[in-house]
Amino acid sequence: MLLIRESEENTKNHFADGNIPGFVHLYIGEEAVGVGACAALDPDDWIASTHRGHGHCIAKGLDPELMWAELFGKRDGYCNGKGGSMHIADVEAGMLGANGIVGAGPGLATGAALTLDYKGIDDQVALSFFGDGAVAQGQVHEAVNLAATWDLPAIFLVENNQYGEGTPVDKQHNVENLSDTAGAYDIPGVTVDGMDITAVNEAVAEARERAVNGEGPTFIEADTYRYRGHYEGDEQVYRDQKEVERMRERDPIESFRNRLIDRGELTEEEFETIQTEVEEEIADAVAYAQKADAPAPEEAYEDMFAETPPEIQQFATQAMPDGGHGGESR
Amino acid sequence: MTAQADLEQRPTEELTVREAIREALREELERDEDVYLMGEDVGVMGGVLEVTGDLYEQFGEERVRDTPIAEAGFMGAATGAAATGTRPVVEIMFSDFMGVCMEQVMNQTAKMRYMFGGKTEMPVTVRTTEGGGMGAASQHSGTVHAWIAHFPGLKAVAPGTAASAKGLIKTAIRSDDPVFVFENKMIYEQSGDVPTDEDFTVPLGEASVEREGEDVTVVATQRMVGESLGVAEELAGDVSIEVVDPRSLYPLDTDTIVDSVEKTGRLVVADESPVSYGVHAEVATRVMENAFYSLDAPIQRVGTPDTHMPFSTPLEQEVLPDAEGVRAAIERIA
Repeated sequence: MLLIRESEENTKNHFADGNIPGFVHLYIGEEAVGVGACAALDPDDWIASTHRGHGHCIAKGLDPELMWAELFGKRDGYCNGKGGSMHIADVEAGMLGANGIVGAGPGLATGAALTLDYKGIDDQVALSFFGDGAVAQGQVHEAVNLAATWDLPAIFLVENNQYGEGTPVDKQHNVENLSDTAGAYDIPGVTVDGMDITAVNEAVAEARERAVNGEGPTFIEADTYRYRGHYEGDEQVYRDQKEVERMRERDPIESFRNRLIDRGELTEEEFETIQTEVEEEIADAVAYAQKADAPAPEEAYEDMFAETPPEIQQFATQAMPDGGHGGESR
Repeated sequence: MTAQADLEQRPTEELTVREAIREALREELERDEDVYLMGEDVGVMGGVLEVTGDLYEQFGEERVRDTPIAEAGFMGAATGAAATGTRPVVEIMFSDFMGVCMEQVMNQTAKMRYMFGGKTEMPVTVRTTEGGGMGAASQHSGTVHAWIAHFPGLKAVAPGTAASAKGLIKTAIRSDDPVFVFENKMIYEQSGDVPTDEDFTVPLGEASVEREGEDVTVVATQRMVGESLGVAEELAGDVSIEVVDPRSLYPLDTDTIVDSVEKTGRLVVADESPVSYGVHAEVATRVMENAFYSLDAPIQRVGTPDTHMPFSTPLEQEVLPDAEGVRAAIERIA
C-alpha cells in the first residue's frame, strides 16, 4: 500500500509537471482493495484491471521501473511505450491490462477463467477489478452471467469509490448495495469495507477457495474512496472537499499501520524504515524511467499482428527519422 | 496458376460451402486440442444455418459450446481466452449482431496486442454470416465486412468458393491474429471441388484467379464470384473476362489484382457491401495507385446501393447486387 501511495504521489507530481502525456487516474485512497485482493491470489492467477490500474499493477507484483518507463512512454516500458497509463499490462505476470473501456475487464477475466476451466487447471483463478460505474454496463452483466452459468473460476471485485466519474453511485444504480446484483446470477454477493485491507483479503480468499473448488464465481463489492478526482485535472465540482477530508480519517494505510502498532506487530521505527525504502524504490524507478530510451518512430509499425501484412510494412519502410509519418500513399 | 489448375493437382471431393466449412472446423478440432467453438446454438442445434452440424456429437459440449445470447459477453470472453492460451472459434450468428459486440472487437480483440507492445497473442477466429437474398430483412441480411477490413488490428476473409472456404477457415484458426471469416449465407449450398488434404490451407492475402481472360477484370467476392463467373461464361466469345476472387480482404493481394488490370485495362469491382467507403473503394484505389496508366476505362462498382436490405422480394431483388449488375457494368466499359 505504501509503495502504491508513494508511486501515485509521484505520478501526480510528474503529470502536473507535464512529464506524463495523456490522462492519468490515480488510485490514492483505494490501496487496500488492490493489495488486499492480490495478497489473496497466487502469482499464477490472472487479473484484469481498469483505467485506474496503477495500484493493481504494483499489487500484482509488476516492476515499478518498467511501469514508470511505460508512464513516460519509453521503449523499455511494459508496452514498449504503446500503452501508457491506461493500458499497462504484463501477460507473463498474469496482468491482462489496465483498460480504457469502463466494464471491459470482467469479459476478459471470464475468458481467462474459461481457459483455466477448459484446460483443467484447477488451482488458478481469474479476478476482475472494475468500478461502481462499470456495474451499469451491459457487458459486465453478460460476463458475470456467463461465468456463473459455466461455473468458471472467476472473481468479480467492484471497487466502489462512490463516484462513476463525476456522478455519485446512488444516481447511477437502483440497488442499495452493488453486490445485490449477484442475486440475479445466483452467486454469492458480499459487500466489505474496502478501506480495510484485512476485510478485502478475507473476502477474496474465500472467493478464491470457492473458485478453485469448482463452485463458481463470487461477486464482491469493496466500499472505498478515491481522494483525487476521476482524472488528474478534474475540478471535482460534484463533491465537497470536506467529504474527502472526512474519508481521509479512515485512510487504509493509517488505519492498518495503527492496528499493527497496537497489536505490537510493527513499531513506528519499522514503519519509517519501510517508508524510506519505498521512497527510494520509487525514486529509483522514476530515475530509471527518465533515463530510458524513447521508442524510435518506426516502432509505431510493430506489434500490430503476429504476421505483419504488407499494408503496414510499406508504411514502416517510409517512416521518417524525425517522427513525421510516411503514410501518404501506397 | 488459376485456382482451378491448383485444385487439379490435388485429390479433391465435391462439397458444398457449408460442408467445406464444417470439415475445416472438424479437422482443426481434431488437430489441436486448444481449439473449441462457441456461439449461439452452434452445439445441440448444429447452428441456425446448420454449419456446425454434427460437430457437437463428435466433440461434446466442452469443445462445441452453446452460449447465452450475449455477443458482448462471449466475444469478451473469447478475447480473454485467446490472450491466455486457448484458440476459440466464435460464431456470430448474423453479421448484423456484430453491432452488439463491437466494443469487444474494436477496443479489446483488435487493440490488445498493440497496446501491450506485442506481448500477447490473439488467436481468435470469428465466423459470421452475411448477405441478403432470403427475405430476412435489414437486421439479418447485412454485409459488414468492410468495417472489419477497415479496422486496424483485425484480419478479414470472405470466401467465394467451397475450396477457399475450407482453406481460409483453417488458416484463420491456425493464425495467432484475430481473423474474421465472412460467410455469405446464400452460397452455403453452392458446390465445388475441395481438397481432402488436411494440410490444404489458403494463405491470407492471396487472391485466386478463378477464370482467366483478356478484356475486363472483375474483382468479385463471396456470392458475386459465382455470379461473375456466370456472366463471364455468357459473354465468352464477345468479351473475355478475368474473374479474381481476393478471398482475403485484409490483407489484400494487390499484386494479383494489379497484374490482371495491367493485362485487361478494365476493372469491375463486385462486392455485396454498400458501395460507399468500402471494399470497392479500396480495390479501386490500389489499382489507381499501381496501375493508373494501364486503365482504359473508368472503374465500375457493383454493390448494394447504400440501402439496408429490405424485406419484400421485389425490393430486395432491386438492391441486391447480382449477375445482371455485373453484366451491365461490363457492358458500360467493354
